[in-house]
Amino acid sequence: MTALQQISARRRRTDKIMRGSLAVGTGIALVPLVLIIYYLLHKGLSSWSSNFFSTDPNLSQCFPHVPGAPPPPPCNIGGIRSAILGTVEIVGLATVIAVPLGIIVALWLTEYGATSPFANIVRYFVDVMTGVPSIVFGLFIYTVLVVSHVGGDAVGWKGAVAVALLMLPIVVRSSEVVLLLVPSSLREAALALGAPRWRVVTRVVLPTAAPGLVTGSLLAIARGAGETAPLLFTIGAAHVFTADLGQPMNSLPTQIFSDLGQNTSQFYNRAWGAALTLVAMILILNLIARAISRRSRVA
Amino acid sequence: VEGQATVIGGGRSLLERSPLGRLPDQILKFGLAGVAAGVLILLAAFLVVLISESSSAFSHIGVFHFLFRNNWETSQLQQGAACATGNGCTFGAWPMLVGTIVTSAIALVIGVPVAVATALYLTELCPRRLRGPLAILVDLLAAVPSVVYGLWGFIVLAPNLRGFQQWLADTFSFLPFWAGQVAGPSYFLAGLVLAIMILPIVSAISREVIATVPSENKEAALALGATRWEMIRMAVIPYARPGITGGAMLGLGRAVGETIAVAYVIGGSTTLGHSIFEQGQSLAGVIALQFGEAESTPLYKSTLFAAGLILFVITLVVNFIARRYVVRAGRGKRVGGDAAPGVTEMEPEASPA
Repeated sequence: MTALQQISARRRRTDKIMRGSLAVGTGIALVPLVLIIYYLLHKGLSSWSSNFFSTDPNLSQCFPHVPGAPPPPPCNIGGIRSAILGTVEIVGLATVIAVPLGIIVALWLTEYGATSPFANIVRYFVDVMTGVPSIVFGLFIYTVLVVSHVGGDAVGWKGAVAVALLMLPIVVRSSEVVLLLVPSSLREAALALGAPRWRVVTRVVLPTAAPGLVTGSLLAIARGAGETAPLLFTIGAAHVFTADLGQPMNSLPTQIFSDLGQNTSQFYNRAWGAALTLVAMILILNLIARAISRRSRVA
Repeated sequence: VEGQATVIGGGRSLLERSPLGRLPDQILKFGLAGVAAGVLILLAAFLVVLISESSSAFSHIGVFHFLFRNNWETSQLQQGAACATGNGCTFGAWPMLVGTIVTSAIALVIGVPVAVATALYLTELCPRRLRGPLAILVDLLAAVPSVVYGLWGFIVLAPNLRGFQQWLADTFSFLPFWAGQVAGPSYFLAGLVLAIMILPIVSAISREVIATVPSENKEAALALGATRWEMIRMAVIPYARPGITGGAMLGLGRAVGETIAVAYVIGGSTTLGHSIFEQGQSLAGVIALQFGEAESTPLYKSTLFAAGLILFVITLVVNFIARRYVVRAGRGKRVGGDAAPGVTEMEPEASPA
């Protein structure tokens, strides 16, 4: 009986090196996350104050800053109150548009369309929509809604429609995955008991899949909340505090974007504070989504 | 015999619902189908709008000139309406096209190896207890909005990596498009930020694909005396390669369309840089940054729509290829004839572009 041959030193060394480099690669992947969180907390927390959340961005006192001229005396640039309200309202409206529509499309795909050619075409185009750059959504809404002056120029609800377009494919795809996980035995049992199709869908399929649908929708909302590009040309980028979606609005991403364009540290600080606020909101949505998906039976 | 007793008025079986009772079903069916068809109409409208808005740019400038002329000059705009007729301004989008291609390529070169290493480590080597938390951490990168990447890249990375970029430029100056004076924001920096941004999606898809490698294959390799790395190299990677390629392509699609972060860290210069450490601009970036000043000038505005259309077509092609790869990789684990969405859905949480 021969003993098993030893693995040669060279092979063992290669194994060690490669396993080490895979681990190092994972470490490298985590470096940016650590750095971003560090800078967000480090720079963002210092600009957080009660004033920061209760005042609106103030431009009138601090502009115009003429390039070349001596820097103007520091003035109060204000906080991000209107931006927070704007983001909440715009994303809220986008959710109201995109989530029901997305779930309806997903329902049709799973309950009626199944593998028919038309369903596959719809699936394919939803995929295409997922890949559309968000700035192009902004251009589209700009042309269709802003240039045509439907209900004013660039106003809050038009930005919401742009964000909704972006969220729609995400909701469809995540909902479809969840709906497919509903056991068909449940559907068959209900149908066998004589329930019509619409009762099966509303009383069996949807309730069973509900937690998964909520999770997918929350993730889509979290994605929509961070989008800047679709809002740039569509919400009017006002700084005033307004709860009226029919008026030009402000939002956190566009506020950060415009603050970054002002080359002074005062504006940079506000951008950091706004960024921390935005990331905190998105992370909370993510955490809720995770908590719900952990509890659900399906998905 | 069977139907006889149960037939009631109107020749309808007892078990059959009345036409009125069937109505909600019909409404539901066609209502849902209508909404689904709406998605198609929406995309059709989308394409029509993009094409009609950019048609004046293409007819004035010519597709070939627009794409390949290396000259984007809009400074005449301030002097009046000359730009509107096509005189005084030149719109050759080549610098932006190159910017998009170069930054995306850099993002792939840096991002994909790291993402695949992460995926391999998490699925094959990592202690089981660490697997979940580490995966969540990598996915968290996708939860950071792109404007925050822009902020971080512009304020933190650009100044701090300047020395590193200069060192890179000097050390490997024999490479083409490499040497030269380093600007803070540059093609390279934009590529680096993009690499970070595509990391979660490429890693998540790779993880899903690697998880589908049959354990028989892996156990067979190990039983034949392969070391862990040899097992990964000979059993895991060949099996997962199409899926990983698809994931990388999806990442490429993301990188090409990424706007806000790139707009800040690429420098915003519409003249073509001579090396990857110089400032430039991308297609998406030029739309975001110049739309404001172009809004009142029809031809200028139309060129930005044309840039959007080109961007749309590029992402369309890239995503199309990506899905083919990913679907092929996911086919193995499909159940029944269900066109169950394969691994394409395993995108990480919220990833604002």
